Amino acid sequence: MRWIWIDKFLEFESGRRAVALKNVTLAEEHLHDHFPGFPVMPECLMIEAMAQTAGILVGEARHFEEKVILAKVKQAVFHDFVRPGDTITLHAEIESIAPEAAGTTGRILRGDDLIAQIDLMFSHIDRNLAGKVFPEENFVFTDMFRSLLAGFVPSAGQESTP
Amino acid sequence: MAMSRDEVFEEVKAVLVDALGLDEDEVTEEATLMGDLGAESIDFLDIVFRLEKAFGIKVPREELFPAENLLNNPDYVSNGKLTAKGLQEFKARMPHTDFSEFEADPDVNRLSDLFTVRSVVNFVESKLNSAA
Repeated sequence: MRWIWIDKFLEFESGRRAVALKNVTLAEEHLHDHFPGFPVMPECLMIEAMAQTAGILVGEARHFEEKVILAKVKQAVFHDFVRPGDTITLHAEIESIAPEAAGTTGRILRGDDLIAQIDLMFSHIDRNLAGKVFPEENFVFTDMFRSLLAGFVPSAGQESTP
Repeated sequence: MAMSRDEVFEEVKAVLVDALGLDEDEVTEEATLMGDLGAESIDFLDIVFRLEKAFGIKVPREELFPAENLLNNPDYVSNGKLTAKGLQEFKARMPHTDFSEFEADPDVNRLSDLFTVRSVVNFVESKLNSAA
């Protein structure tokens, strides 16, 4: 199982920008412990949600041929709590992209309110400097991730049958 | 308008402060990126992206940090040290870098000491001059 921290994409411009949406609910069990009597979405999971939004954007820009791994959190600043019942939108933009890596900038909003600014770097790990070899199958972009793009990118979310 | 060396240094410093989360006074010309400033491999790419943006230049990564591609070549490395041929190749690829101390003991483990703030400033200066 993989934790997916975005519910759907609202906008997707290949190679440029994407907007994803997440509904936060008390059905997420960890919120009961974080914190008892004061449930808020953990900041680290907001970073993960942004990494998924921006990571899919970066992956799609290279037709999912690269294994895109979060390599660095360049900046993560949080301005407010996110609570059960909130709908947040994650806005990611590709700032730079090269054969080995990509840099993204991102904002999380609730309505028009700025919740967080999260800038990330992703590595295309098959092009790592150490020459380390990884399994051939793309273990990053599983069907679940790709199905999020159904309706935005042709052929996303459906495996071609031979 | 051409930038002075001081201006280039200040801009490079700002890039390194942001990319590596440093205090300004840590960034001296002599500081080594990995040893003194704690840069890791992904930071090098971050620095390249930021330099491109800050100076409006194109930085092919293998030009600024060419070491990785060369170290796999047995002509260039023998018993953990650069051969004469290897040293020559590195010097040719990294004209912005001072090899005078390194030459005395060309141990590949000391290669990282070559990547100093000064070498980055030299590199950016040469890029800006060739673009002008």
